[in-house]
Formats: sequence, C-alpha cells, structure tokens
Amino acid sequence: MKSLADLEEIRKKASAGVGMRKDTHATRIVVGMATCGIAAGARPVMTAFVEEIGKRNLEHVSVVQTGCIGVCRLEHIVEVMVPGEEKVTYVKMTPEKARKVVAEHIVNGNVVSEYTIGNAE
Amino acid sequence: MDMVRGHVLCCGGTGCTSSGSEAVIKEMESQLKANGLDKEIKVIKTGCFGLCALGPIMVVYPEGAFYSRVKVEDVKEIVEEHLLKGRIVKRLLYQETVEDDSIKSLNEVDFYKKQHRIALRNCGVIDPENIDEYIATDGYKALGKVLTEMTREEVIDEITKSGLRGRGGGGFPTGLKWKFTYNAKGDKKYVACNADEGDPGAFMDRSVLEGDPHSIIEAMAIAAYAVGADQGYIYIRAEYPIAVKRLEIAIKQAKEYGLLGKNIFDTGFNFDLELRLGAGAFVCGEETALMTSIEGKRGEPRPRPPFPANSGLWAKPTLLNNVETYANITQIINNGADWFASIGTEKSKGTKVFALGGKINNTGLVEIPMGTTLREIIEEIGGGIPNGKKFKAAQTGGPSGGCIPASLMDTPIDYDSLIQIGSMMGSGGLIVMDEDNCMVDIAKFFLEFTVDESCGKCAPCRIGTRRLLELLTKITDGKGTMEDIDKLEELCYNIKASSLCGLGQTAPNPVLSTLRYFRDEYIAHVKDKTCPAGVCKALSRYIIDRDKCKGCSLCSRQCPAGAISGKVKEPFVIDPDKCIKCGVCMQTCKFGAIYKK
Repeated sequence: MKSLADLEEIRKKASAGVGMRKDTHATRIVVGMATCGIAAGARPVMTAFVEEIGKRNLEHVSVVQTGCIGVCRLEHIVEVMVPGEEKVTYVKMTPEKARKVVAEHIVNGNVVSEYTIGNAE
Repeated sequence: MDMVRGHVLCCGGTGCTSSGSEAVIKEMESQLKANGLDKEIKVIKTGCFGLCALGPIMVVYPEGAFYSRVKVEDVKEIVEEHLLKGRIVKRLLYQETVEDDSIKSLNEVDFYKKQHRIALRNCGVIDPENIDEYIATDGYKALGKVLTEMTREEVIDEITKSGLRGRGGGGFPTGLKWKFTYNAKGDKKYVACNADEGDPGAFMDRSVLEGDPHSIIEAMAIAAYAVGADQGYIYIRAEYPIAVKRLEIAIKQAKEYGLLGKNIFDTGFNFDLELRLGAGAFVCGEETALMTSIEGKRGEPRPRPPFPANSGLWAKPTLLNNVETYANITQIINNGADWFASIGTEKSKGTKVFALGGKINNTGLVEIPMGTTLREIIEEIGGGIPNGKKFKAAQTGGPSGGCIPASLMDTPIDYDSLIQIGSMMGSGGLIVMDEDNCMVDIAKFFLEFTVDESCGKCAPCRIGTRRLLELLTKITDGKGTMEDIDKLEELCYNIKASSLCGLGQTAPNPVLSTLRYFRDEYIAHVKDKTCPAGVCKALSRYIIDRDKCKGCSLCSRQCPAGAISGKVKEPFVIDPDKCIKCGVCMQTCKFGAIYKK
C-alpha cells in the first residue's frame, strides 16, 4: 500500500461486511422462511436477494428471515421495509422477480406493483 | 467474494474463552457446514463485548440478537431455528434485550445505555485478526491524515487541545508528554506502550489489545511521527497469551500492507514495532522499571528526573503511554480535539474504561464518560449488588488506590475528585464490596500483594510495606492495640514520602483510605476484638443457638476438628479452643441453628 487511495480501496471493499453489524435504521428485506415458505422455494429467492445486493454493493440493505406470515397459499412472500415508507409485501416470488425488486424498488425507489399482495388478490 | 447474509459474532476475549467460547465457535462452524449455511453465514471471532459475566457471548447480525451463556449444546438450536428458519431462540437471549416480544437494540440495554465507547469502539465489533475489518471501520485513516496533511506540531497541538490525560492512572496530560519528547534533543528517539497491566482485577488493556490491536499500532505510529521516533516497543506481560498472539498477527499484517516499515504512505516516514514480553512483575508497570526491563536488564526503577522524555530507553528520549491512552488517539485525529473535549468534565476529558469486579451483577468491562458517578456505574450499568446485599465500598486504583465509601457514591468519577477523596483513578480496576467484606482484611490483601511485588531496591518500600503488613496481621488476629493504629498511620506517611518509585509511594493508600473511612472497623478489631463483617477468622466465633438446635448431631459428625459435642436430642455446643472456624457446621445444619459472630 502506497497511498491513501489504496487505503480507501481496501476500506470500501471491506466495509460492506462490517456495515451489517451497525445498528442503523436501514432497509430490510424480510423473507418468510417457515415450512410453507421453504416448501414454496424460499431459499433460492433469498439467495437471489443476497447475491443481487452484494453485486450492487448496497451497504444499507439487510436480508433477514422470518417465520410464517400467514398467507401460505401466496408463498413465497417477501416484505420490503424502507425507512420512512410503508411496508411493501411481495407474493409468489421467484429468484427472477427478486432481482427485479432489488433493481426497481430498492435501487430506483419504484414499487413493483405487479408482484404485490394487493395485485395478487 | 462469497455473498454473506448474516454474521455470527462470538467473543474470543480471555473472559469468554475461559467460559468455553472456543468450543462454541468450533461447534458453530461445523453446524453451519452441516446445514449448508457456511457460505452465507460468516462466523467472526471478536474481542470483548464487556459483559464477561454472561459469557460466552454470541451476537447474530443483521437481527442483532444477543445470545448469552451459550453452551455447545445450544449451538445446534441456534443454527437450525435462527439461522436456517429465522426464528430467534428467545430462551438464550440476554433477557435485558427482550421487550414485548421484540429485540431491543443493545444500546438501549441498561448495561450499554450509559456507556460511551471510544477506546472499546471496535471490541466485539470487528475481527481483531483481520486488518481489513479494522480498515473498514476507518482504520489507518488517522495515520494517513497525519502523515499527508499535518505537521508534527499540529498533531501535538491537536492532542494537547483534546485534553487527553494518561489513562495508566497518573493522569498526566498526554499532549504535554508528547511535546516534551518532541522538544528533547537526541539523534534517536523511541515510543513505547505500557501494556504491563498488573493491578489485581484490572483487564482493560488486555481487552483493547485482544479486541482491537491495530488501533494501538496505528496510534503508536502517529505518536512516533509526532515526536520524531522510528522505533517502537510494546511491553506486554506474557500472561496475556491471546493479546500477544493477536498483536503479533496485527503487526505482521500491518507490515504486509506497508503500514509499518519503511516509507509509509510514500511520505518518507519509517516506523517499526516490536513486542517485549514481561515476566509479570508488578513493578515493571512503573515507567523507569519498564524501560530498564525492555533494555534486557532486571526490572528495577530508578530515580526521576531525568524523565523518560529526555532519557528513557538506552538513555534516548522516549515517549511512554498506556494502552488505553493510545486507544483514544486515532479517534481524536479523526473526529477532532473539540469533539473529544466535549465529552467528560472540565479537567478530565473523554471516557474511562473500568473493569467491574467483586460483588456486582454485571461483572465486565465498561467505558463511561468522565464525570459519571459511582452510583450510576454500580447501580445502573453494573446492575447492583447480588443477593440483595448492601453496598459498602468500591476500591479503585488497585494496590495503589483506595476505597470509596457508600456516603461518597455520588462523587463524579474523574482524576481530581478521586484524588480528593483519597483514592485514585489508577488503571481502572473497580472492585465492589458489600457488607460481608472486612475493610481491614481488604487493606491486608493489598499489602500482601505489594509486599510480594516490591522489587526491593529501596528500603522504605521493601521493609516498610512488610512492617505495615505485620501490623495489619496483628490487628486482624485480635492482638492489636490503639497505638498500633497510630503507628500504622505514621508509617504510611513515611513510606509515601520516602519511597523511590510509584509502587512504594502509593502502596500505603489502601491502608490510609480504609483508615479514613472505616476507622471504626479497625477500632472494633482492636478494642472489641470482633470483626464486624465476620471475615477475620481469629476474631470470629461459631455459636450454636440453644433454642434452634434439635440435637441431631449432624454438625458434630461433620466437624473435622472434633470441636462439637453434646447429647443427641439436646443442644450441642462448640468448643472455641478446638474450633478451626472452617464453617462446615454452619453449612451442614438443617435448622439454621449455627451462626457466626
């Protein structure tokens, strides 16, 4: 390492991981991982979220799991909580849809209304 | 880089290691593998979280679930329930963090709420064996800033302005010390770090070194730049194997990154760092003895002046600071002197780390702003005294400090007010005592320590402390006279005035402060021949209450000295001449008929 720029380079690369450990009010993606969710294929969906967020280096977003949300027939269910905004519930998710949600909703701020629970009913 | 969605932080400090965290970490790693989660969940071994009483501690992010007293058997449940299915294992959570079915943030828990973590900022947050994690939390940014943007004078001014004072106990202004070394003339200068933490019950420095070793390395490099040194030494006791190991790893990593060595940040600044292991002599925490020991000689103090700033290691100008002092440096550079000076009291700026021990619920490590009262530390952060007992006194400063009685619990903790009430900040050990502690016995305990640890170079300390101990033993044996108390006091002042180094000069403090606040206990030992707390064996007696004794003979059968006699179904009696005061009879009595006086 020879310059401050080199140091900053390492800091950027490493900070994604450490950022998770701070108590910040960041965006949360809550993935239903009860038996119903897992049966409906929750794991690939969750992995897709994690990968996509990592790829885009979104430090302020965390992926957490939760239990049964209660509408098992609409699994796989994912809730996106952006601070200061209303919670959005996506249903019947797939890895492809997950990637789209990250790009559209998390990055650009546009709710993907075609996947939401309101649309499904 | 694999994408990780969760972090499991396990404490790898000495406290949790001794309560079995190594095995828990191993089990966690193998359970994650078994469940196919090892790619998405990362296990990080961190430094001390501070709540050592509840170890081993495990914190899972992003949820921030704080598990305490995790056993190997619990790991499977955490992995299968929490990490796989997302159901937090409530029964293992630190109960203080659970509120209305949801988890409170750690910062809202009583133990952490009043703390302000500057020196401990990374302890329990990063992996101390990974330099990248340190850099991720702005590590080595201060060094970069200092080397590329600041002159040496500016660095010293900044430290001076911050009001930082030596955290080893003396409280000497750090900026001034740096300035003296900067001004000293010499072709070669050194910086050194005092990590010879010797006070019984103190473990702040160990925890900083175990949890955040790079912060010390970075700060020493900054200090070296400011005073004009190119070589540093960390003097650390060999009894801290985990800290030594992590420092060695950290130094190696810093060298690989070019943050130690030649031409750092391409500025022409050179700095190298070495460890020196101490053999655990208390006197080597004294600065002149420490430096003599680094030179490879027997660790004995020498008279000052000359001060180390002018003539230290190998008679060259040397800057010596304590671990915790260094731990504050990078934060002052990054956040500015004004930020630091805004914390604390008028003459004591910043925070202080205390090792809470003794009769207290939350044994562990706390960092509080200066000016916090003893009552807040003990009752709020420390969670009070166990078993509903009454607080009697707190001992600060270890064998060099004194006792603070209950009546002074609202004294703000800073350098000057502690000195005023006859104690001292010391390095930060804080031992809490309840009504079951005898203050004469406490003074005796510390004197036993200093008698052992006196290096023997000067007579007042070598002989004086021994005479003090003899007088204290005489009093606790019930053979003391009122003249002995006067003699004790007089001797204390003589030793303080005539000893060569800090060890002897402060050794009488435990006696003087207990005499000041608990003279009545001394008098009770001498005049009434009783120990009010029932600690001093020679003065205590076990007695059988005739009304409560059912005559079951259990005690007499258990008594190892054959001191209890009587007829079955009639009250038994203890022969005080035969009794060795072991207390077995009291423990075995099913009727609570035996008491101690």
